[in-house]
Amino acid sequence: MLKDITLGQYFPGDSAIHRMDPRMKLILTIVYIVGVFMVSNLPGYLLALAFLYLVVRISGIQFSYLVKGVKPLRFIILFTFVLNLFFVQGETPILSLGFFTLTKEALDNAIYFALRLVFLVMGTSVLTLTTSPVQLTDGLERLMRPLQRFHFPAHELAMMMTIALRFIPTLLEETDKIQKAQMARGADFESGNLIARAKAMIPLLVPLFVSAFRRANDLAMAMEARCYRGGDHRTRLRELKYTKLDAIGALAMAAFLFVVVLEGRLLG
Amino acid sequence: MSIVIEHLNYVYMTGGPYETKALSDVNLTIHDGEFIGLIGHTGSGKSTLVQHLNGLIMPTSGRVLVDGMDLADKATDRRAIRQRVGLVFQYPENQLFEETVEKDIAFGPRNLGLDEAEIDRRVKDAMRRVALDYDRLHDRSVFELSGGQMRRVAIAGVLAMEPQVLVLDEPCAGLDPRGREEILGLIKKLHEEAGTTIVMVSHSMDDVASLAERVIVMNHGELVMDGVPRDVFSCGEELRGMGLDVPQAVQLADKLRERGFDIPEGIYRIEEIKTEIEKIAAKGGRHA
Repeated sequence: MLKDITLGQYFPGDSAIHRMDPRMKLILTIVYIVGVFMVSNLPGYLLALAFLYLVVRISGIQFSYLVKGVKPLRFIILFTFVLNLFFVQGETPILSLGFFTLTKEALDNAIYFALRLVFLVMGTSVLTLTTSPVQLTDGLERLMRPLQRFHFPAHELAMMMTIALRFIPTLLEETDKIQKAQMARGADFESGNLIARAKAMIPLLVPLFVSAFRRANDLAMAMEARCYRGGDHRTRLRELKYTKLDAIGALAMAAFLFVVVLEGRLLG
Repeated sequence: MSIVIEHLNYVYMTGGPYETKALSDVNLTIHDGEFIGLIGHTGSGKSTLVQHLNGLIMPTSGRVLVDGMDLADKATDRRAIRQRVGLVFQYPENQLFEETVEKDIAFGPRNLGLDEAEIDRRVKDAMRRVALDYDRLHDRSVFELSGGQMRRVAIAGVLAMEPQVLVLDEPCAGLDPRGREEILGLIKKLHEEAGTTIVMVSHSMDDVASLAERVIVMNHGELVMDGVPRDVFSCGEELRGMGLDVPQAVQLADKLRERGFDIPEGIYRIEEIKTEIEKIAAKGGRHA
């Protein structure tokens, strides 16, 4: 189950999308999400889907891989859907069951919110699938650099993110291993009620924390041994540069946003 | 109780960008009471193979039968299988979590639903087998112990399940020479005294040579050699080609043979080469 999480996983490649500047990709992802949230009719979502599909095709990633990334979040999406269905006040009833009346507005809202979540996950997945964690945090650091003037610890934050991202696969692997080791000793993580399951997590969580702290300690030592002191005046191995690709990407996104807004005016 | 593996294939991360074939068409029968040494280069599929033995991993295709029961069968009681086939992972001390040594070792038996008296008996017995003093250590925290002691507590935790087959994945990794000796000694004793079937994954040809009765060699997910140590270790060239080596005794025998000493073929244990050298020395030198 842990292996099904595609969010945050990097899919190595050399497509135009891969080669774009991470800063541009970050900005464009945010713009795309804003765009998706402005949409409020079905043709608009089809447009968003088409755009996403195009980007994914260029990147060379299988679209099914992206869809699989949504799967772990299906309960949250379903929850949002149901919540909206019940709690949005509307005027045009389409179905009446006792005290509960389903209105057209509620149904629309529920569908839109669920779709927005799906697009949010898929959109950000494209970013993380095509950008290596190191590039991503590099981009973030550069984008946040102006904030340093207000004593915002951009570099430290980026370093923390790099380390956290770096250790996600390691810790997942570790979790898998400890889980198996405890299962070999007859532990059961899959059955029982909520309390029994929570209790069953102890043999997993204690060793995981112990090892995470040990790793953190080792890493700190290793960084010190290499004279890491972060902060100002650190030069970088790869300077980020905007290229023609980024300009094309920005233009494509602008076009998408324009069409979405236009479509919203015409049909909304 | 035997374990039969038929046409076992296993693929990691099916469909993803990192899809890798870890095992391909492995056929193997582990008989009752055997001591098997499983060797192979890093990434050869050893660890994946041993995790199939108690159903922690399910085959992509093929079958694993423990005592005639198919592990992939939904009706098979996995917990019963895991009681019979004990698996000690690499660096098993990383799985310790309880407040005291006693409680940690009791984790397995408790999961089996045994009563307190039986749990107590098994904890004491397991600690005796790994040479840990019950009276002195049972209420100590597992995190206060030395590395070698933690390893032995972890092994005791599996032994307390009283498995008929014990699988150990690199039981000596990261221990000092004395720690290695102790662990190997207790594995040997377990095999000889309790008659436990042992499958030991190891990178050390010498450990395998000194203990195993049967050696299995894995390479790129395939089982490439399976035989008595004498036969397997006589294939030095093939082993080196797979990034492995032969035991020191074989290396020494080869070197002596090159220099013209009369050393019989098929020697792979330190004691054997010692006897041969003594024989030559007794005859008073070179070309006897």
